[in-house]
Amino acid sequence: MSHNRLQQVMAEHLEECLDNREFGFWLYLMTDAIIFALLFATYVSMFRNTANGPEPINLFDLKHVSLETACLLISSVTFGFAWLAAMNKKLPTVMLWLIITLVFGVSFVSLEIAEFAEMIREGAGPQASGYLSSFFTLVATHGIHVSIGMLGILMMVLQVFMKGLTPQVCSRLFRLGLFWHFLDIVWIGIFSVVYLPVFI
Amino acid sequence: MLGRLTIDALPFYSWVAMGGALVTVLIVLLTALVVTWAGKWRYLWEEWLTSVDHKRIGVMYIMLALVMLVRGFIDAIMMRAQQAIALNNEGYLPPEHFEQIFTSHGTIMVFFMAMPFLTGLINIVVPQQLGARDVAFPFMNSVSLWLTAAGAGLVGISLVLGKFSTAGWTGYPPYSGIGFSPGVGVDYWIWALLVSGVGSTMTGINFITTILRCRAPGMKLMQMPLFVWTTLCTSILMAFAFPALTVVAALLGLDRTVGMHFFTNELGGNMMNFANLIWIWGHPEVYILILPAFGVFSEVTAVFSRKRLFGYRSLVYATMAIGLLSFTVWLHHFFTMGSSPNVNAIFGIATMIIAVPTGVKIFDWLFTMVRGRIAFHPAMLFTIGFIITFVIGGITGVLLAIPPVDYQMHNTTFLVAHFHNMLIPGALFGYFAGTQFWFPKVFGFRLNEFWGKMVFSCWLIGFYLAFMPLYALGLLGMTRRLEQYTHPDWQPFLLVAFAGACVVLVGVFSVFMQFYVSIKNRNEHRDLTGDPWNGRTLEWATSSPAAPYNFAVIPEVNSVDAFWEMKKKGEAYDFPDQYEPIIMPANTAAGVLIGLCGFLVGFAFVWYLWWLAILAMVSAMAVVIVRSCNDHGEEIITPEAIMAIESKRKAQLISVEGLSARGAPA
Repeated sequence: MSHNRLQQVMAEHLEECLDNREFGFWLYLMTDAIIFALLFATYVSMFRNTANGPEPINLFDLKHVSLETACLLISSVTFGFAWLAAMNKKLPTVMLWLIITLVFGVSFVSLEIAEFAEMIREGAGPQASGYLSSFFTLVATHGIHVSIGMLGILMMVLQVFMKGLTPQVCSRLFRLGLFWHFLDIVWIGIFSVVYLPVFI
Repeated sequence: MLGRLTIDALPFYSWVAMGGALVTVLIVLLTALVVTWAGKWRYLWEEWLTSVDHKRIGVMYIMLALVMLVRGFIDAIMMRAQQAIALNNEGYLPPEHFEQIFTSHGTIMVFFMAMPFLTGLINIVVPQQLGARDVAFPFMNSVSLWLTAAGAGLVGISLVLGKFSTAGWTGYPPYSGIGFSPGVGVDYWIWALLVSGVGSTMTGINFITTILRCRAPGMKLMQMPLFVWTTLCTSILMAFAFPALTVVAALLGLDRTVGMHFFTNELGGNMMNFANLIWIWGHPEVYILILPAFGVFSEVTAVFSRKRLFGYRSLVYATMAIGLLSFTVWLHHFFTMGSSPNVNAIFGIATMIIAVPTGVKIFDWLFTMVRGRIAFHPAMLFTIGFIITFVIGGITGVLLAIPPVDYQMHNTTFLVAHFHNMLIPGALFGYFAGTQFWFPKVFGFRLNEFWGKMVFSCWLIGFYLAFMPLYALGLLGMTRRLEQYTHPDWQPFLLVAFAGACVVLVGVFSVFMQFYVSIKNRNEHRDLTGDPWNGRTLEWATSSPAAPYNFAVIPEVNSVDAFWEMKKKGEAYDFPDQYEPIIMPANTAAGVLIGLCGFLVGFAFVWYLWWLAILAMVSAMAVVIVRSCNDHGEEIITPEAIMAIESKRKAQLISVEGLSARGAPA
C-alpha cells in the first residue's frame, strides 16, 4: 500500500466526518429550538400569572434592553466577519474579530446580569410569581447559552492561534457560528415576545 | 459540607427497604470482587467501558436493560404480592414504601429497561443493515450510553441513600412539589430523567445522521430494511420529544430547589401546564418504545416466513404516519383535566386515527405469513404472540380514546392493564424477538431454542394471567396504585394476577437460563457463516461476530433485501485480492468520565451538595473541551490486518458444507 493512498483515505474520512458533524449540529440546534419553543409557550401561558406581584410594565427598561439587543446583534455581525476572514485564510484577522465578538458577548451578558440583579433587588425575583419564574427561566436559559458560546469563542481563539486554520478548526468555527447566530434569532424572539409587547 | 445527607438517609424505616439496600450493595461488591478475582479490570476498561464500537456499546446497553428488567420486575411482583394479601389489612409493605415501588417500577421499566434495550438493538443492528462501519458519531454514542447508565445509577443508589419518589412515574404536581414531597425522592426522579434524557436526545441525533448520511452506496431510502425505517422514525421522535422532558423536569426541579412557581399551588403556578409538557414528551415516548419493536417484527416475519415482506411501502408510510400522529394526541392522557368537550373530542378522534396505520401494519405482517414457509423459531413465536395480544390492547385503547368512557376508566386498573397490554407485547416481546434473532450476529453462536420457547410461553401466559384480571378489576372500580382495599370481590382477581406475576418470574428466570445454557453449549451452536437464518438484509453479510469494521469492502446496494439479492446472484461472499486501509474511531475514556460527572451532578443536586455540583459540572466541561480540541481520535486498520481477518473468514466459510450454492467460495 502506498503512503499516498493512506493519505487519500484519511482525507476522505475526515471530510465525511466533518460533513456529518455539520449535519448533526443542525439537528442539535433543532432540539435546542424545541427547548426554547416550550419555554416561550410556558412564558406566554403564564403572562397573566403575576399573583398581585410586580407587573412587567414596571420592570423593564427599554433603553437597557435596546442596548443589550444591539450588543448581541452586532456580535453576530462581527462573528460573520471572523468567518469571512477564515474563508480568506487571514489568521490574525480571524482572531481579532473573534475577540471583538467576545467583547460584545461579555457586554451582553453583563447587561443581562445587571438587569436581573436590579429586578431581584426590587423584589421581583424568580420566586415572586409564576410569571417571573417563567421570565427568568426563559431569559436566563438564553443567557447561559450565550455564556457557553463565549467559552466556545475563547476556545476557538486559542485553537486558531495554536493550530492555524486546519479543516477541523474551520469546521468547529463554522458550527460555533451556527450556534451564535441561532442564539441571535432566539433573542429576537425574546425581544419581540417578552419585552416589546410591554411597551406597545 | 454534606448538605442534607445525614445518617437518616439510610433506610431503617422498613425491613423490606433495608433488605433491598443490602442486596444492592452486596451485588455491587460481589461484581467488583468477581472482576478483581478474575483479573479482568484492565480488559473491561480497555475493551468495553472505553469502547466506541457500536456493537459493544449495544451489548452494554442491553446488559444494563437486563439488569434493570430484573430490578423493575422485582418491584412488580412485590406490588402484586402486596395487593394479593392486603384485603382489610396492611399487607407487608408500609404505604410509603409501596408508593416508592410503583414509582420506581414505572420509571425503571420505561427509562432504564425499555430505552436501553431498544437503543442497544439499534446500535448493534442499524449500522450493519446500512452497510456502514460505525455510527456517524461514535464518541457521542459512548457519551449517550454512559449518561443513560448514570441515570440508572441514580435510581439504583436511591435504594441505599434516601428514598425514591412516591409521586408515580409521571410525577404530577402539586404532589411532587416541595410542599407535599419535601424529601429527596422526587429529586432523584428528576435528575435520573434529566441525565439520561440528554443521552437519549443525543442518541436520536446520532441515528438520524447515521441513517441519512452513512448508507451504503446505492441504497435509496425506499430500499432500507424496515428496522432502519422504524429506527429513523424513533430517532426523530427522540430528538424532538426528549427536549420536552428536559424542560418539564428542569422546571419542576427549579420549583423544588430554587423555589420558583411553575407548577405550585400558589403565586401564579399552573400545575396543568405540567401535564401538558410531560405528555408532549410522553406520548411520542410510547412510539419511541414500540416502533423499533415493529421493525424487529417486520424483519423476523420476513425471514422466518421465507418471503419478501408484504407491503413494504405501506409499512414505511404507516410508520411515518404513526410518528407524525404521535405528536397530536397527548391530551388524551388527561381528558379528565377539564378541557372543553370539543377539545377532548378532537384529541379523542386523533387518538383513534392512530389505530389505522397500526392496523395496516398488522395486516402486512399477516399477509407476509400467508403461504410462507413459517419456521416456529422463538423470535417468530414472539411475533405471533405479539400480533394477537397487541390487537386486544389496541381495542381497549380505542375504548379509552372515547372521552366519556375515559371518565369512567380514568385512574383505574383498566388503564394499567391497557398500557401493559401495549408495552409488554408491543415493546418487550419485540426486544426479546430481536435478542433471539440477532444474538448469533453479536456472539457467533445461536441461542438455545428450548429455553427461548420457555421465555416466550411464560411471558405470554404470565401476561394474560396478570393483566386480564386487571381489566375486570378496572370495570369493578378498583383504582390503580392501591396498597390496601376493603372489597372482598376484588381479591380473587388479584390472586390470579399474582399467579400471573409468578409465571412471569419463571419467564425472567428463563431469560437468564437461556443465556447460561447457550453459552455453556456454544460449540454446538456455532454460526460459521454469519447468516444463521438465511437472512435477507445486509447485517447477515458480515461474519458472526462481525469484524470491528463490519465490512472490509462496503457493498453496493440496489434493492430492498440487498443480501438476498446478492445471494441469488452468487455475489454474497466475494473476497477481493487486496484491501484498502480502514479508519476507525479510537477508544476513549471521555465518555465514561462524562457519564460519571453526570451522575455526580445529579447526586449533588439531590442532596444539596453545591460544591460537588460545581466541581462535577466544571469537570464535565473540562472533559468536553479537551475532547473537542482533539484532532486525532482515529486509528488505522492496515490492509495486512484486514487480510488476516478476512482470510480466516474465508476459511471458515469453505469449511461449511452446502454454502457454495449461496455463492460462497468453494
